[in-house]
This record gives sequence, C-alpha cells and structure tokens, in this order.
Amino acid sequence: MSDIYLDNNATTKVDPLVVDAMLPFFTEQFGNPSSIHKFADGVAKALKKARQQVQELIGAEHDSEIIFTSCGTESDSTAILSAIKAQPNKKEIITTTVEHPAILSLCEYLEKEGYTIHRLPVDRCGRLNLDAYQKMLSDQVAIVSVMWANNETGTIFPVVEMAEMAHAAGVMFHTDAVQAVGKIPMMLQDTKIDMLSISGHKLHAPKGIGVLYLRRGTRFRPLLRGGHQERGRRAGTENTASIVGLGKACELALEYMEYENIQVKAMRDRLERGIVEQIPHCFITGDLNNRLPNTTDIAFEYIEGEAILMLLNKAGIAASSGSACTSGSLEPSHVMRAMDIPYTAAHGTIRFSFSRYNTMHEVEEVLKVMPGIVATLRKLSPYWDGNGPVANPEQAFQPTYA
Amino acid sequence: MWDYSEKVKDHFFNPKNAGAVAGANAIGEVGSISCGDALRLTLKVNEATGVIEDAGFQTFGCGSAIASSSVLTEIIKGMTLDDALKVSNQDIANELDGLPPEKMHCSVMGREALQAAVANYRGEEWQDDHEEGALICKCFAIDAVMIEEMVWANKLRTVEDVTNFTKAGGGCAACHEDIEGILERVLKERGETFDPNAAPIEAVVMEKKPLTNLQRIKKIEEVLESLRPQLMADGGDVELVEVVDNTAYVNMTGACSGCQMAAMTIAGIQQRLMEVLGEFIRVIPASQMHKVAVAAGG
Ligand SMILES: Cc1ncc(COP(=O)(O)O)c(C=O)c1O
Repeated sequence: MSDIYLDNNATTKVDPLVVDAMLPFFTEQFGNPSSIHKFADGVAKALKKARQQVQELIGAEHDSEIIFTSCGTESDSTAILSAIKAQPNKKEIITTTVEHPAILSLCEYLEKEGYTIHRLPVDRCGRLNLDAYQKMLSDQVAIVSVMWANNETGTIFPVVEMAEMAHAAGVMFHTDAVQAVGKIPMMLQDTKIDMLSISGHKLHAPKGIGVLYLRRGTRFRPLLRGGHQERGRRAGTENTASIVGLGKACELALEYMEYENIQVKAMRDRLERGIVEQIPHCFITGDLNNRLPNTTDIAFEYIEGEAILMLLNKAGIAASSGSACTSGSLEPSHVMRAMDIPYTAAHGTIRFSFSRYNTMHEVEEVLKVMPGIVATLRKLSPYWDGNGPVANPEQAFQPTYA
Repeated sequence: MWDYSEKVKDHFFNPKNAGAVAGANAIGEVGSISCGDALRLTLKVNEATGVIEDAGFQTFGCGSAIASSSVLTEIIKGMTLDDALKVSNQDIANELDGLPPEKMHCSVMGREALQAAVANYRGEEWQDDHEEGALICKCFAIDAVMIEEMVWANKLRTVEDVTNFTKAGGGCAACHEDIEGILERVLKERGETFDPNAAPIEAVVMEKKPLTNLQRIKKIEEVLESLRPQLMADGGDVELVEVVDNTAYVNMTGACSGCQMAAMTIAGIQQRLMEVLGEFIRVIPASQMHKVAVAAGG
C-alpha cells in the first residue's frame, strides 16, 4: 500500500499541470518582467494571465485588485498593518479567538504596542455570535479580520454578512481565506470584503506564493516599499514561476470546484461516519452543518494526538493533530480551547484533510487501521478500563499538580 | 514530527509493562491533563526486602511520555526502593538515547511518578515543587517559569542578565524577544521599566584568580554549613548535590522544599556564595539538573 496523504490543510501536492506551466519560467522565460528585451517578453504577459486566473477564481471585479505576495502570512500582515497605518487614529482591531497564528501573533504584538484587540469567542461548535460582533463595531475600529474557514475544524464563518456589517459601520474588513479559496465558490465583487488573503500551497500551487486581494478604492499602505512591482503596492521582483503556477492552480481549482464539493466531500463524509460508527468515545469538532468539504477534525477521548499520529504514520497515513505535543507548546490547540473541548479530548484531536488526489479506497484503508490504533493507546491510558472509560474519569485519576 | 531516537520509537511501539500491576502496593499519579501528559505508576514492592518485583504504567500522553514510562518500569524492576529513588530523569532520558529538549519533561514526569509511588508506599505525602511554563529557550530547554523566578529573585534587568543566570538565550538567540517580554512584564510589576540598553548586573563580575573546582566545592560547603543553622531554625535544610563549573545544584529539604520561599532562599544562598567566593555562582535546585544537562549534551 502506498502512503496516504490526508494533511491537505497543512499543504498540498503541486499539481503536475502547475509544474508544467512553471518550468519554462526558470530556464527560457527567466527575464525580469520589468526589462525591455526578449527574455522578458512573455513574462509580463504570463503574469497578467495569472492575475486574471486568480481574479476569476475569487470573482474579483478587476485584475488589478490582485497583489502577489510571498505567502498567506505576508498577505495577512500586509492587510492589518496597512489598515492601521492608513488610519492612525483608530486603535482597535476586531478578530476571533480561533484565527491562524498569522493573525493572532500579529494582534498580540500590536496589543503590546497599545492597540485594543477584540477577540470574538466561539461556542462549543466553533460558531461566532454576530450580536456580540455588532456591539464591537465602532468608529474606533481600524479593521476587522475574520477567517473565512478554520484550518483545524473547517468551520466556515459568515464573512460575507460580517463584511456587510463592518461596511455599514464604516470599518474595513479583511478575511484570511487561505483555507477557503478553491474549496468554496466566491464572488468577491458582490461582497463588501475589502481585503482577502490566499496562500498558493493550500491549492496545489507551490509554497512561498500568496495573494492579497485589495478592493479598488480601499486605502492602502504597502508593507514592502521599493520598486514599482505590483503597482508599488508590494515591491520586490516578482516570483514569476510561482505566480504562473498559482494562476494555473486557480484555473484548475475552478474546474474542480464541483468535484471538491461532491466527490471530495463524499470521501470525507465516509471517513467520518465510518470512524464515529466503529470507535466509541470520539466526536467530530466544529460546526457540522457549515464546514469545508474536505476537512474533518475528530476528538478521540482519553488518548493523546501525537501518539495517534505516530501509529498512523507507521501505517503509512499522514494526518495532523491539535495536541500540545505536536507543537511543542504546553496547551492543546487554541481552537480546541476556544471551543471549550475538555482537555481529555482536546489533546486527542486528529484532523484529516482531503484533496482531489485522495481516493475512496484510501478512506477504506484508514477505516481498517483506525479502530486498532485507538484501542492500542486506550489500553495504555489511565482513563480507560477494559472496554470503556473508567467510571468518573476526572475523579478516578487525579494526578498531582495541574 | 519530532526527531525521536530508535529507542524512543521502540518503547513507544512496543511498550513494556503497560497496564496496572495486580496487587500493587505503591501507586504514583503525576502529570497534568492540561499539558496533555499524565502517568500512573503501579509497583509491587516486596515488603521484606524492599525490592520492586513488578512495575506497570498507564500513560495519557505523547510518544515520548509513553516511551519514558515504559523505559522507567524496565529500569526499576528488580531494584530496591532506595536504589530506584536514585534514578534521575537524566538516567531515563539516557536510557532512551536522549529526548528532544521540548520533551525532557516526559522523563521528569517519570521520575516524579516514581517518587510519588515510593512516598505512597511509605505512607508519606509526596509534594511536588515542580512548576512548568512555556518553553522559551529551545537551545537549553529553559521555560518561562524558571526565567521569571530568576528575574524576580535576582532583580535581573537585561537579557544578558537572564542568560548569565539561567543560560536562556545563550544559544541561537531567537528567544531574546520572548525574554524581553518576560522582563518587561516582571519589571512593570516591580514598578520599573525595561530598558534594553541598561547595563547588565555587574556586582558579581570580579577579576581574581579563578578558584580550582576543588577549592570552589570546599568553599561552597563552608558557606552552606554557615547558613544551615538558620535554615534549620525554619525547619528546613540544604544539601549540595553537584557542582558543575559555576553552577551548584542543591537539594532543599524539609520545610524549604516546595515552599513558596524556596526560590527566594536559593537566591539568598546564591548571593552569599557569590560574596564569599568572589565569583559568579549559580544555584539551581537539583530537580532542575536535567535542564542544564541537556545543554551540556548539545
Ligand atoms: C488559515 C491560515 N492562514 C494563514 C496560513 C499561512 O499561510 P502561509 O503558510 O502561506 O504563510 C495558513 C497556513 O497554515 C492557514 O491555514
């Protein structure tokens, strides 16, 4: 059996058609798109085409609204820092407790610099309370940044509605759509979203290429100043091969959008159902009715995620976990904590994330090994006794120091 | 994923002595569910000889927690309780051919479970003075709690001070921003402000003929001896365990161990040692020896 890759929210394989599209830009078309000679001839045109391919995938009104960056993180930083620099009198930022560190760490840093950060909490299903959000909006707020879809649970936030609310209050709206782009159909020109982040490597383009969508007319301050690339909004010679690759990947994502939402989703659903039916004491986290089609995050109670991953890895299956141990921190994932998942379950969460390269056969293979893996670890667990958890697990085992 | 040794993997994939020992007469339960690692160690001790005849573990935790538990049971089976108590967390880590710095706490947990089980067998109450914070310095495996305690106890002001006293930040330097964060917070609580350009503490920078290690140990013993009456008056005691370069590892016992004041007492001892020896001396609880041992191991 060849290895099974179910960690597509971490990163994806570059589509061979994307690689083909990129290759000439390393060797033949290697010129600087700003130059005036034949080595650069096709390059500027290729960039324009890529811009249009991105534009089409997200339904932007103009191709000049697409700014190429080096990654999703750069796009996120650019958006927030631009908003606060362009509006120096506004000292508040609204975000959520479950954002990617690309947003959260930056906000923590800005908090130290004197900004007030409002972090919207989520309920046990990972959902936001829009009334609470409405109350936070004011003319003191420089920007709202809310992710379109959560990277751990796949939970989708109502960003289109939230952007309308921000707009009505005169507040800029940014969304980290790194996990959503290519998996959810979008038509940005019909929304009030001002800025949106994309990362190439989540949709079968290479790592190290991203996009910031910037609605025409949105006040902007560049993060990197220098040359006139990207109309002066992001200086630095373009990563031409990767930009071409991202363009191609966006074209393919549009082609596969239906496949993603039907076939890929069917694989995810089959895996999820199979696991929940076969394995006692596990549950799916997040908003089950409102998730990315490719993601499932399952909490296996009374065991720890890294141990599960090691056994999965031995069986040739790649997934990821929200446990503390995989990150080297002491706390389980902030997303699990935000949803108030108990510690005995939060440490045992495993995320399986699919792509169009997975097959139903692979799902069956995972279903064959998963019950054994969980049972093996539960046999070692102080919370487990024979066929079920010990009675009153929290009382039965009370280790010293918390 | 972590770069685990083959031994760690072997003990994880084929754990020894998993499960509770039937008829156990010594049980130790330690760990922290919030941190995702907890362990119950069960021992069967021969009451006549004091020999551990059987040992079993039940662990909620990651690969290295399970491997540390497994190897611990292998090490201590057949030992007397007194010998078993001499097993350090470093012994556990060594037996596994090392652990990543982020994972050293798994071996500490093993040793503590053992101490707790022995205390349980002897009808004593095991008290833990262990507090762990987020790992700040990955080169030397120093956590936030340790840095914060040192900053408080020694009135540290700069990153350089912190490096001198704890080693944190002395390697790749990537954690200097985090250390500054701790300094900013503690200094604010002390009513001061953090100044990145402040001069490091200099009181202890003395230019004298360096002591030989033997001289140093003798002098340290003398100082501890002179402080002992005072400590004993408070119901505690101190014991020198090891001296490595300018670091003295001590065991605080009795009322001093685990008490809120331990860190302050240690700071006081350190101050006195530096005055007498005329050189920079660091005093560290022997329970934290592993953190520095990792550093020595690279
Ligand atoms: C939601 C989200 N935002 C941002 C990022 C960061 O993207 P990049 O790795 O391209 O910087 C990721 C990737 O892990 C993500 O999942």
